[in-house]
Amino acid sequence: MNKLELISTLKERTNLTKSEAAEIVKIFFDSLSESFIKGERVEIRGFCSFHIKEYQSYTGRNPKTGEKVTIPPKRLPFFKCGKELKERVDY
Amino acid sequence: MALTKITIIEKITEKNNLKPSEAKDAIESMLEIMKATLASGEDIMISGFGKFQVNEKAPRKGRNPATGENMELDKRRVVTFRCAGKLRDEINGGTN
Repeated sequence: MNKLELISTLKERTNLTKSEAAEIVKIFFDSLSESFIKGERVEIRGFCSFHIKEYQSYTGRNPKTGEKVTIPPKRLPFFKCGKELKERVDY
Repeated sequence: MALTKITIIEKITEKNNLKPSEAKDAIESMLEIMKATLASGEDIMISGFGKFQVNEKAPRKGRNPATGENMELDKRRVVTFRCAGKLRDEINGGTN
């Protein structure tokens, strides 16, 4: 499923217009992105939570050439699956 | 303060002609669609944000740490998230 399919499914299941459904999906993911940029935690009950994990710089290797490369420090959103989602996805 | 559904609902009511209860229902419907999609084993790909993937984990042998007893852990399905390159760059200050 991609963003457009999510928007059209949301429109079908609710009384929302296509543009309202599109706006809601956009606001949802934009809000999450903004929080990640600020380094803020996100908690969506039953679905998931995210926190920003800081990764230190390390020396890695280019697997193709074997050449040593320094990986600069980075930040990435770390996803934790919510309880309800976890139970529904598992067998 | 962590971002929660309440803040997202407020943003929706500010920008749209929706009552808070309608905005809440809309978000809950959207989350339900996403949960049902992942539960069916289908991935969700949001361009510019990332991908929610359903991965299968093979069964493995484990041990009960309390009793030391050997046990067989069943195969299971989990959701993982992969951040989109664009968002990853934005989080890291636009470069990298």
